Parts: sequence; C-alpha cells; structure tokens
Amino acid sequence: MKRFVELYEALDATTSTNAKVEAMRSYFATADSDDAAWAIYFLSGKRMKRLVKRADLKEWLVEVSGYELWMVEECYASVGDFAETVSLLVRHQAAPRPEAMDLSLSGWVEQRLQALGDNDPAKQAQIVKAWWTDLPASMCFIATKLLTGGLRVGVSQLLLAKAIAASSGLPRPVILHRLMGNFVPSAETYEALVDPNTAASDASQPYPFFLASPIEKDPGDLGLRGEWIAEWKWDGIRAQVIRRGGRSYIWSRGEELVTERFPEIEAACASLPDGTVLDGELLAWKDGVLPFSQLQRRLNRKKVSKKLMSEVPIRLVCYDCMEADGLDLRDRPLVERRQRLESLVTDAADASIGLSEIVATETWEELATLRQSARERGVEGLMLKQADSVYETGRKRGSWWKWKIDPYTVDAVLIYAQAGSGRRATLFTDYTFAVWSGKDLLPLAKAYSGLTDKEIARLDRWIRGNTIERFGPVRSVKAEHVFELAFEGINESKRNKSGVAVRFPRILRWREDKRPEDADTLEQVRELLRPDADTSGS
Amino acid sequence: MVIETRKEGLYCKAGDFYIDPVRPVARAVVTHAHSDHARSGNEMYYASPRSEALLRKRLGNQIDFYALPFGEQVRFGDAVVSLHPAGHVLGSAQVRVQAEGEVWVVSGDYKRDADPTCESFEVVPCDTFITEATFALPIYHWPSIDAVVESIHAWWMANRIRGRASVLFCYSLGKAQRVLGALQDLADRPVLLHGAVAPLTQIYREEGIQLAPTDLAVNDRTRRGQDYSQDLIIAPPGANGTPWMRRFGKCSSAFCSGWMQVRGNRRRRGHDRGFVLSDHADWEGLIRTIKETGARRILATHGQSDILVRYLRERGYEADAIRSRFDSARQEDDAESKEEGAKT
Repeated sequence: MKRFVELYEALDATTSTNAKVEAMRSYFATADSDDAAWAIYFLSGKRMKRLVKRADLKEWLVEVSGYELWMVEECYASVGDFAETVSLLVRHQAAPRPEAMDLSLSGWVEQRLQALGDNDPAKQAQIVKAWWTDLPASMCFIATKLLTGGLRVGVSQLLLAKAIAASSGLPRPVILHRLMGNFVPSAETYEALVDPNTAASDASQPYPFFLASPIEKDPGDLGLRGEWIAEWKWDGIRAQVIRRGGRSYIWSRGEELVTERFPEIEAACASLPDGTVLDGELLAWKDGVLPFSQLQRRLNRKKVSKKLMSEVPIRLVCYDCMEADGLDLRDRPLVERRQRLESLVTDAADASIGLSEIVATETWEELATLRQSARERGVEGLMLKQADSVYETGRKRGSWWKWKIDPYTVDAVLIYAQAGSGRRATLFTDYTFAVWSGKDLLPLAKAYSGLTDKEIARLDRWIRGNTIERFGPVRSVKAEHVFELAFEGINESKRNKSGVAVRFPRILRWREDKRPEDADTLEQVRELLRPDADTSGS
Repeated sequence: MVIETRKEGLYCKAGDFYIDPVRPVARAVVTHAHSDHARSGNEMYYASPRSEALLRKRLGNQIDFYALPFGEQVRFGDAVVSLHPAGHVLGSAQVRVQAEGEVWVVSGDYKRDADPTCESFEVVPCDTFITEATFALPIYHWPSIDAVVESIHAWWMANRIRGRASVLFCYSLGKAQRVLGALQDLADRPVLLHGAVAPLTQIYREEGIQLAPTDLAVNDRTRRGQDYSQDLIIAPPGANGTPWMRRFGKCSSAFCSGWMQVRGNRRRRGHDRGFVLSDHADWEGLIRTIKETGARRILATHGQSDILVRYLRERGYEADAIRSRFDSARQEDDAESKEEGAKT
C-alpha cells in the first residue's frame, strides 16, 4: 500500500503527462501482478461497491474528530471530498503501525476493505475509526478513498495504457483493447493483460471507441465533398454490439455491459454471424426516432417490463463495423467497412437493427441546407467522416467530425448557488437559473460550466455578498444577474416546477447588459417545445 | 459600540477615525500594508513604524504618515489607542481601543506561528475582539514551516536534476520574505526575484531582517536565452501566465498559500505543487487566540465568519459576523494577484 500511496502522490504532484506515465511505468515494472491489477482498476476510475453507508461514515467522523455534525458537513462542503475531509479533520498518530503500511495494495483491498462487511456494524465502526487515527494522513486518505469508492487522479485510459505498454513492451493498441470491458482485478487478469502471446482473448471484449471531435472551421475547408461521408448525428446512446461464440454483448460508451437492458437488441444480434462487432446508436424508435426523454425511460432500469418494451421499442442504428468473420477491420478504410456493414445488416433482416443512412449531397452548401432540418428530424446535426478513414482509438482529431446544429438559448436569472466539488470545492460554481412565470421566477436549469475562471471568481464574490438565505450547502441570492444559457433539447417534465426539462444546459455568457426583468418567460421557453421552433430563442 | 461598521469600513466614533477603511476618509489607522487593508486616498495614515516604508512603497511617498510605536498609548478624541504586533507581516498590528469604559481590539490579519521576519503576535486582553476568520474551519491546520520549506527545497533540487526552472508563486509582501528567511541555510545560490517582489524584499533587509541571498530574475546582466534551469524564482501569483514567464521555458511551478491545504484548490490553480504556508491563523490559532484575549464578545470578519460565529455561540460566546464589501477571503487572493499582475 505504501508504494501505491507514493504512486498516487507522484501522480498528484505533477501536471506533466510524461511524468505521470513515468511514475506509473516504474510502479508496474516492479509491482506484483495482483497489486498491479488493483492499481489499474482504481486508476482507470473503477470503483468497488459501496462498503459502508455514507451516513455511518459521517457519524464516525463526528465521533473521531470531536466536532458537531454541522461542522463536519461545512468542512466537507469546503473540501469537496469525503476522504480528504477525514484526513484533514482527524489528528493522526505520529508513529504509524508499520504492519498497516507494509501490507500490499491487494492485501489492503482483499483482506481489509472487502472483509469489512463480515463484521457487525459496531465492529466496522471500530475498525474504520482505528484506520483513521492510526494511519498517517496520506495513507488514511487513500484507504478512505478506496473505502468510499473511486480514486480520480487525472489519469486517462490512454495514459494508463501508455504506461503499461512501456513497462510490458507490448504495443499500446493491444493494451487498450485488452483493457476494454469487464476488468476483474486479479493476478491472472494482469498477467493476461501483459501476456506477449496475443491470440487468446475474452469473447465479450469490445474495441475502444473512436470518438469524433466538434468541428470548429467551415466544413468547406475539409476538402472535396466527395472525399467525405456525411451521416445524421443521432441523439441516442453510442453502443458497440458483439456477436462472438454464439453470444451477444452490448457495451455502452462508458464501458458498461448493458446487454440485458435491451432484450430486443440482444435477440436481434443472434441473426448476426459469429465474429461480428458493430458500432452504432441505440435509439427509441417507432416509425422513426423518438425524443431522447423516451429513451431515458429505458436507461433507468436494469430489468425491462414487457409494457415498457412495447411503449418504447429500441432500435440499433449502425454506422461502422470493426470486426467481421472474426477479423479486426479497424485498419481498413471506412468505405470498405461500410460495405461489410451494409451486407451484414441486410442479411440479418431484423427490424431492430438498421443502418445509419448516408446523407448524400453534391456540395457542402447543399449539406449545410439539409443540416437546417436536423431538429425536425430529431437528430443533433451531422457527422462528417473521411471516406478512407481508419477506425482510430479514442479522440483523434482529423478524420471524424461532429457538426452539430446551434443550440437553443434563453436568458435566465441566477437564483441559487452551491459550491462545486473536486477542484471547485471552495467556489460557488453550481448555479440554478430561473425564468419568469408572471411575477415568480421558476427554476429552469442547473448549469456548471461556461464561465471563465475570472468570471467564476467574480460571481463567487458577489454570491457571498448577496446571499439571502442558506439552505445547507445551497444559497439563494438576489435576483440580479442574467445569463444566456444554451441547451440541446427541451421536453415536457412533470418532475420540474417549470413543467419543462432541458438537456445539456450550459452558460453561454454573462449578460451584464440585461436586467433581471429582461430575462425570458416560461411561455417563451415553452414555445421551444414545438419541433419547428426558431433556434434563436430570445 | 466603541467600533461600528460604516460603508467606509470599521469606525471608532469616540476617536473619530477608521481602521483599514475601504473608501477615502480623514484619519485611517492601517493594520498592515496589504492592498485590501491599506488603500490610497486617505488624508492621514497611522500605522506601526515598520509599516512606513512598505506603505510609502505601495501608496506613494506623498502620504501623510504618522508612526504609532507598538504598545504606546495615544489619545484620539475620547479614545485611547495603541498598536500591538499581529505577527502577519512586517509591521502588522492589532489596534487596541479603549473608550466608553470598554476595551476593543481589532486583530487585522494575524498568525500565531513563529516567523522571524516580523514581530510576534501579542495577546491583548479585551472585552470585544474583532477577529479575522479567513481560515476558520478545522480542516486548516498548518504544518511546521521547517517541514514546508524542506519540501520546497526538495522540489527545487529535483527540478535542478531534471534541468527545469522552479517558479514559486507567493504574495510579494510577507510570504515571499518569510520563505526567503527560512531558505537562508538551504539556498546554495541566490534566489531570483520578480520585479514586484524585489523592492519589498529590500525594505525587509533595511529593517534588519535576515534573508537568503537574492538577485533580480531579469536585470541588466540578463542575456537572451539565459539558462534558468538551476534557479528558484519567486514571483507574485499575478505573474502566472504573463509573457514574463516565457523566459523560463519548460518550468515547474508551485503556489505557496494556506489554501493549498485543500487538494481541490491545488488542482484548480493548475500548478505542479502546492505548499501549505499561510500568514493567517489556522483554526487552532483562531480559537486559542479568542480564548486568550478573555473577550466575551467576538466579532468575526473576512472568510468563514458564519462558521466561526456559530461555533462560538454554541460555546456561550456573544458572537456576530461583520459583513463588509470585502467579506470573501478569496477577495484577498484576487486583489493581491490582480494588483501584482498589473505591475509585471
């Protein structure tokens, strides 16, 4: 564990990616396989099932620190991280017990953390409180981090793969591929990960997704229209479906295995030949695509009822083929992969699997005109893919672009503020905005991003000086500042007081030229519910 | 009320003067030379003798300055006023006011930790204590400066091996000199200073404060393509991201502040390292000081005043928060860095 704490501190003490890779490489080069496996597990942001209730932890911290619950909560609100709050509030013993320090990472996880559940609640409290007081601050922090879930230290999957590749001597794409999917932290898993024999692999294992970047220039500058393939940008869930060894697997972009949530797609995949991997979008579909809010009803459940399945049927709209006949096609040009995809989908002949149509135009101008119809079609815009592009790994700029339609915008008034978490924990950065309904301001959206650091600092100061009331971590503030918000979609919602819910709200700009009475009204916002609504908003 | 809050700042009616006013007034008693406490435009300035050079440097030589030596009682109208060391920066003072049969003390900014670069904090018994509350949360618990300076030195040495300049951001008045004082026995070559840090450091030396050897980072001997890879450079936070930084090439940067105790703050600043070093009292320092003054009534200002007030009320104190335009502790960060950024 000591070595893992040192690795964490080395990663935390630098902003240089090279230094991070080097710190991980040297850890993996000498770590035991089971420790390396757990390190990968935590560094890639995976978390164990919650071992202890948050309320219990807080109560124990009250007991150990000697401060009242309200004070513990104020501290937590200021720090933004529970484990760090513990390590700062508890006075640690000067001389730690060496045995606790020497236990390996896997030993800590398997013999201490995971074994915690074998004890009755009183014993659990005793054990955890002893960790807090007996371990030095740095180790108390890591142990509590692991106990409460994940450990985020600004290491991307790409960097992690780079470090493992460097320590094992295997190519990075091989490591990345093997890191995809279910990662069971064990010595065997790590040894399979760095096994120089690359033949054997798990049937469920997905490929890393290739991610498009938002286009910032005029698409006309990309070159000849004929060298690019355009498709609609679907507003659904990106998914990779795998048919191997007579079984089907559906992976989400977040590397979650979601097969059983979409029984119709799992069934439809049975009509694909073995050794097939497709990339596409899961959409709620009835004679055409349904709004994202419908799809959301399906996403929230693990087990789907017959009723819900008939109300919200799902369709997989495919746009790429990474594997056919068991062969990795990612190095082949897109046009060739597309041909394979078309024949696979046609042969499967299942209504739940379709093709993402190609939007054919002669010129970029015609394409730009068609893009204007995106909102009526229920899509987010266009995807532009170079016809001869290979299927890359992760977000590589250059050959795949997303060309989204301009967002909806409204002018809304700041009414509540809350401190952020993580690096924004000591600043008020989470805002709630409202629009007018008669003489009242009704909350419309929460937004976290879009302001510069300078603006955040200024607004933070203003919030502190203009708080009306405090509700726990939330403060209500004077209705004074107007912000232009952008969002991607809007739907009716019974859950919100305003009756509408917006998707991906963010702050476009601080409208210091506007007074609160100039902000938009709920009626104006509801206008946007009409699919042909003008996108300029206000 | 011996001292009340007005829009100009803390006001003593019996003596007709203000303490650290934020708007121009006739008579200003100034606790110390930081920009959020010492502002320009006042007719007369009263401060400790060692604040004079610092105030003149920051506000201009023309200010009408009157020295109030520590511990010496002087009359202002119906009030008896004296200054007492606050331990914050060189010359920093608490203001004791005796009037209407009561003793009030305004702490200004203060710390209890040892600091050879300024006069040590003195406990002044009083009835009402107006205390700062910048770091009034029990998560703030300062490590010893020796440990901090050792880790600053270790970071510098590690960067030298990698051939990278080490740029340490800290406030140009107080913090920079405190670090330089603590580096005396560790630095094996002159520490390089930003142009905003050097004149204040010079004032410290003229006041007889022992500091590590220093040199200007950019002076008339500086050549194009100068190699800074072995150097430690001290600069104000406002210099970060300015063209002045380019000369150091690929460097490692660090920030020195009490805020660095929280990891989120370290990451928000985007520096490689954050060193926990503050010239304010930590939680224990605040609570201990409040107890030692014997005051039954506590007024809290700056930063986490609400939290301190609630904590004290639950322990039987009469406590209130003083709201001012400069309530936010972060204001100090920003005011300081903005001002210094403009000078680069």
